[in-house]
Amino acid sequence: MPRNARAPSKFCETWCEADAVSARIGRPAGLKFTKIEKRFASLYALRRLDLEIAPGECVALTGRNGSGKTTLLRVASQLTRPTRGELAFPGLKEGEAPAIGYVSHAIMLYEELTAEENLQLFARLLGIAEPRRRATQSLEATNLSARATSLVRTFSRGMKQRLAIARALLSDPGVLLLDEAGTGLDTESMAWLANRIRALRDEGRTIVMSVHGESALSQLATRAARLDAGTLVADTRAGATFQSVFAAGEA
Amino acid sequence: MRLFANTAALLGKELQTEFRSRELLTTTIVFVLIVIVLFSFTFDPSVSESRRFGPGLLWLAFLFSASLMIQPSFLKERTNDTLSALRLSVGDPFAIFLAKLLANACMLLLTQLLLLPIFAVLYNVRVFPVFPQLMLVFLLGSTGVAVTGTALSAISAQARMRELLLPLLLLPLLVPILIASTEATAALLDEKPALRWDWLGILVAFDVVFLTALWLFGEYLLEE
Repeated sequence: MPRNARAPSKFCETWCEADAVSARIGRPAGLKFTKIEKRFASLYALRRLDLEIAPGECVALTGRNGSGKTTLLRVASQLTRPTRGELAFPGLKEGEAPAIGYVSHAIMLYEELTAEENLQLFARLLGIAEPRRRATQSLEATNLSARATSLVRTFSRGMKQRLAIARALLSDPGVLLLDEAGTGLDTESMAWLANRIRALRDEGRTIVMSVHGESALSQLATRAARLDAGTLVADTRAGATFQSVFAAGEA
Repeated sequence: MRLFANTAALLGKELQTEFRSRELLTTTIVFVLIVIVLFSFTFDPSVSESRRFGPGLLWLAFLFSASLMIQPSFLKERTNDTLSALRLSVGDPFAIFLAKLLANACMLLLTQLLLLPIFAVLYNVRVFPVFPQLMLVFLLGSTGVAVTGTALSAISAQARMRELLLPLLLLPLLVPILIASTEATAALLDEKPALRWDWLGILVAFDVVFLTALWLFGEYLLEE
């Protein structure tokens, strides 16, 4: 059962949420989309999409603007409920909730709070023990310790994106979803991001990232999938056809 | 008990960001002050007229200011898609509502507390002998306004014409709160002050019904 896809009624919820939090940290999981359909009024964002991603795979999603990449990632993160179809997380036990980290092109942080306050807030919400220490560790890992007490609104785009990734990694997620995480980054920030994603991939996390064409990020992928008008039109693992997916996606 | 831990963390965030910027609180206090002063200058009420109309004017001013104050509750979460980050982090989405409605109720109560002495001077009514009872009415009234307003703020934040939509939905829905709060306040400002439990009962019932509805169905209001 997906974490946010709760039973229709609240009466079914248990009071064991604290245990569920500690249990969901760091679990490797895959993603299985079965006949997923998402409609906004009369507009189809996803059309009966089938895609199975094994635990530990690093998938680059490509396609034109409006092809359904963001919707697919938001369905995967359970922020958006599909109109039809099913989402499952292979590799998890029955009833076990997946730990998902999600980075979108919006930074998903409070600009009127400092970097430290943001991470501490989300660490508390996730039920992480010692949120202060976790926030400090995350800031060190993203080379932002020197700006820990600065308001996020004073950060450059690259710094904000690093902090956004730190937030997404707070719960040590087994599944990481990146929606155009490299947008607007300079060369240095892009290199940092690529190194970070490489490290996360090598740790065995499942990574699904939407990209536009070939980039430092797309080169990290072990699999490429292209969407067009909400339909999966190409799906290939590294090989001869791999580059063509990105080229065709930007046509 | 993660719900309460999440609510406490989010309430801290709401109050911290507001007291850091002081945008909403300042605007609301100034707005209510202007309305109270304008009413006072326009009608120049006598003591008996103040007792009769003052509570109604006061609560109307509070309701209008509440619709201004509550409007950005969920709207500001759209700026950087922080609502998605919250939804991914909290165990129960009700914690988001609970924190926001508590923050809104706190700010409304603070506004009422600051403006009560000014109201007492301008309308020549004695509020200090019945101050604790007035605070009880303000607490119950503000809670009702905050619960309803926070729920509707979540709905209107996703709509077009959102600035117009919230007052249009909120103000008619708050008529029971307006009537009960006004009557309870008027009874306290009367020559022979009395705490009207019947009106307080209506306020409690309103608060409980809307809070329960929000607890049961709130998560659907956050869905895309």
